[in-house]
Amino acid sequence: MTTPSHYFARLLKYFILIVLALFFLMPVYVILVTSLKPLDEISLSQMWALPTSIDFSSYVQAFEELGPNFLNSFYLAIPATLLSALLGAMNGYVLSKWKFKGSETLFTVILFGMFIPYQSILIPLIQFLDTIGLYNSILGLIFVHVVYGLPITTLMFRNFYANIPDEMLESARIDGAGFLGIFRHIILPLSITGFVVVAIWQFTNIWNEFLFAVTITQSDQQPVMVALQNLSGSQIVQWNVQMAGAFIAALPTLLVYMILGKYFVRGLLAGSVKG
Amino acid sequence: MATKQKTKQKFSKDQWLAIGFLAPSILLILVFVYGFISWTGYVSLSNWNTIVPDFSFAGLKNYLYLFSDFRFQSDLRNMLFFTILFIGAVIILGLGLAILLDKKIKGESFFRNIFLFPMALSFVVTGVVWQWLLNPSTGVNNFLKTFGIEPLWYTDTNILAGFQWGQIEFGVPVAILSIVIASAWQMTGFALAMYLAGLRGIPEELREAARMDGASELQIYRKIILPQLRPITASVVIMMAHISLKIFDLIYAMTGPGANFVTDVPGLYMFETTFRGNYYAHGAAIAIIMLLAVAIFIVPYLWNNRRADS
Repeated sequence: MTTPSHYFARLLKYFILIVLALFFLMPVYVILVTSLKPLDEISLSQMWALPTSIDFSSYVQAFEELGPNFLNSFYLAIPATLLSALLGAMNGYVLSKWKFKGSETLFTVILFGMFIPYQSILIPLIQFLDTIGLYNSILGLIFVHVVYGLPITTLMFRNFYANIPDEMLESARIDGAGFLGIFRHIILPLSITGFVVVAIWQFTNIWNEFLFAVTITQSDQQPVMVALQNLSGSQIVQWNVQMAGAFIAALPTLLVYMILGKYFVRGLLAGSVKG
Repeated sequence: MATKQKTKQKFSKDQWLAIGFLAPSILLILVFVYGFISWTGYVSLSNWNTIVPDFSFAGLKNYLYLFSDFRFQSDLRNMLFFTILFIGAVIILGLGLAILLDKKIKGESFFRNIFLFPMALSFVVTGVVWQWLLNPSTGVNNFLKTFGIEPLWYTDTNILAGFQWGQIEFGVPVAILSIVIASAWQMTGFALAMYLAGLRGIPEELREAARMDGASELQIYRKIILPQLRPITASVVIMMAHISLKIFDLIYAMTGPGANFVTDVPGLYMFETTFRGNYYAHGAAIAIIMLLAVAIFIVPYLWNNRRADS
């Protein structure tokens, strides 16, 4: 094992990993360094230099700009996540444990909705929301995310429930439990991990989503990603504030990833159809 | 006889409940996915190119307009090269890193987390940050300057290996490479996680047996591991293709259409022409073309998966 060529191969491996890790961390470094600098140190030529002292004024300014939209994103993402997870669990239960003739086809029909470019439904969607009075409202966005979240949550719960052995359901049925009884007393108690995985996935996606947000809402109803885009598109806002804004907007999903990363990866694998 | 009837009745009641569970979702999908796609298709054949809706029939006029349009031709070229380069980068980086991390590396979870965290970010955040990093007068060029190289990144209007085709110069737009860097930075983690799970699923005995037969490490990867990972590569290609074909937010936040539309894509054109220009019928036609581009990949894949299930 300790032949020179082995040693060299090992060294090379770590070298590649470290170089790539530095590349992946580069944006984080620039965000942090820039957003923590005092105003007089913010010049483009000093972009990579460390700050001489820590200054949070960029964050104060960014939060003044983004604060209300940041809250909007929570009002949007939390109910939309819970509702779409619940509907996904109901669909997944039927499509994995109560299969009927044609249920596989129905599942494929639902699943297709996950892949469509949303541009292809956007014009009628806005006409529809306008008609029912939900255009330019967070409630409208919640509805949209619940509907278009159905395919992915259904897929995840269907794959999750496929791992629950049918014998458990069979014995409950012999004991007299019906469709609803099995769902409440057997499936739901076993679904906690499933709900965590789906909720993390949906929360991250809804928080980060932009196309629906920018076309359906305006000014004070906009979620944080639209506000961040406006901030970065504006010529008068300095780039240190943009960087602080990017950090603030990214923080919730980043924290979720850092604390519950294992479930995040499980969601990623579960959502890739074959999983 | 009575008990049999009873169970039969109960069974059918449960069946009704099952349908009741599924019905709201099916109805929503039918209306909001299939119904709305049909409506968009109808709009794309109409004359609605002002703020006032006009549903008079225009035939293929909007499509013909787009296919002769400089901007849309540029978009198709950019979408094609972006998709190829982006998927290639994600697969090579993801598979390479997965192979490196699979072999008992110290700090494996540390490295894995670094490569995976951008997945948790929004394309908007990625766009805002990379816009500064690849800005020709700031960012990485501050470093590269010392070596005497100063790429123009996303402001470069050159087309590599270009030749005249329709209205446009067909070839690889240099500016697209910047978008590829930013998007691969974000999505490599996806391929990495998929390949790692795949590698972990290959039994160690398989490698041991090959080693016993005198196969070198390289041969083991080429002859045993890579063929086993083929279904994973298929999934990665599908997931990445549907992201790249409909990409909008990253480019909108990072560069916009660019000079000569070198970083423009159909998703961006659709948004601007529909919601900034009120050319609804043009926008709908772009959307339908995007949908068809995605469907070419997705429909056979979903169909195969469905058959494999039953």
